[in-house]
Amino acid sequence: MDTFWTQPFVYYFLPAFFTLAVYSFLFKDNPWFKLAEHIFAGLSAGYYAGLIFHSVIKQQMFVPMVSSGRYDLVIPGVLGFLLFMRFFPKGRWLTRIPLAFVIGTTAGIMFLQQLHGLVLPQIKSTLLPLNDFGNIVIVVGVLTTLVYFYFSKPHTGVLGGVAKVGIWFIMIAFGAHFGYTVMARVSLLIGRMQFIFVDWLRLVS
Amino acid sequence: MFALLDISISVINLIVPAFIRTDRLNALVLLVVFSAIVIYFIRRATRGDKLYIRPLAGLQAVEEAVGRATEMGKPVLFIPGTGDIDEIQTIAGLSILGLVSHVTARYDTPLRVPVLYPMPMAAAQEVVRESYIDEGKADRVTPEMVQYIAGESFSYSARVGGMMRREKPAANIFMGSFRAESLLIAEVGQSTGAIQISGTAEPEQLPFFIAACDYTLIGEELYAASAYLSKEPKMMGSLKGQDLFKVLLLAVLVLGVLAVTFNIYPDFVTELFTAN
Repeated sequence: MDTFWTQPFVYYFLPAFFTLAVYSFLFKDNPWFKLAEHIFAGLSAGYYAGLIFHSVIKQQMFVPMVSSGRYDLVIPGVLGFLLFMRFFPKGRWLTRIPLAFVIGTTAGIMFLQQLHGLVLPQIKSTLLPLNDFGNIVIVVGVLTTLVYFYFSKPHTGVLGGVAKVGIWFIMIAFGAHFGYTVMARVSLLIGRMQFIFVDWLRLVS
Repeated sequence: MFALLDISISVINLIVPAFIRTDRLNALVLLVVFSAIVIYFIRRATRGDKLYIRPLAGLQAVEEAVGRATEMGKPVLFIPGTGDIDEIQTIAGLSILGLVSHVTARYDTPLRVPVLYPMPMAAAQEVVRESYIDEGKADRVTPEMVQYIAGESFSYSARVGGMMRREKPAANIFMGSFRAESLLIAEVGQSTGAIQISGTAEPEQLPFFIAACDYTLIGEELYAASAYLSKEPKMMGSLKGQDLFKVLLLAVLVLGVLAVTFNIYPDFVTELFTAN
């Protein structure tokens, strides 16, 4: 069914225009890029505000309160409301309560999460018999990388040498990540080019 | 005597499973050991014991970068990551923002902090305001300093890229959690000739920062940064505690690998570190 949103102008021309406007930044900053930048930022800020209102304030707070009598949800509601107190100079200090709550809770939860989800599995995965080249690489890599992140002594002498091996392992891992991510970005570029040359301009079938 | 011991064991067997998940005892032991070590070093630091931390090149450059911005009369741009407040890296980034904003307040250097999410914005506003009050310059705090940009990372990158091109900050500091936008932001900053210092614990984004920035804090260096810059006893003690914990982990790993290699209770050793 044809609607306003499936009209060629909206469906092809506008996305193509904004794609080209954003790419024009590669040449230099210009009014077309500024237009695209402001519309993009404004749209996403507005979309995010609407999304939060519907998915959090309405669905996770008001609806359970009204339909299931979950009045305990008033507490996070009040904490959220306190964030707006920064607009009132006399009540500004109240903003710190929800911030302290969120930051403290985050630190506490993350502490256990990291210990249980990262440290223990990493230790277990490193406990390998040194009877295979691959295992030796893994064990040496983990130990030397851990030494690199030791901050209590200057990296000189033996410690410096071990830390240098560690940084080599880190850099090799980064190189692999770099190549992998560049490939993903190239596929994004190919997607945009396909849209312009195949879907919009129809120069390539 | 043995009867008493038997009764005690029975009572422990009855009570402990009711309150503690015994299959997660390993995590509890690590938690207790880690907390005890950190508390010990925090006490030592607050008592006034001198604790050494090796210099990190990226951090020594922070003050130099702000000084350069002051001389040039241009702003310092600080991004406390693009994660929400429930990420520990964002909290580390905000902590470093506090120290950087102290320096910008001291030198009267313009500061720009574009943020992606509302909660880090509220926290960043408080952090910057506190720093300016500490330096006796509360009247210099403006709403433009900490700015909410957008809730979506690519529109955020477009806006920050535009800001960098138009305002040409002399120093760009990126500290916190970053995702796909890391290279988009850092590359534009590099093209403007700004001195760039970055720090993140995201392994996928670190290569891009290393390629596009003058200094990069890798992984845990980001968390060490706030302790190193502030020399605050609690942070220093915590960092030293983490270091000792790493030494213990190294010892455990070496012993564990030897046990597994020479077949000394290998199943028991690996079971000790199984996360349930």
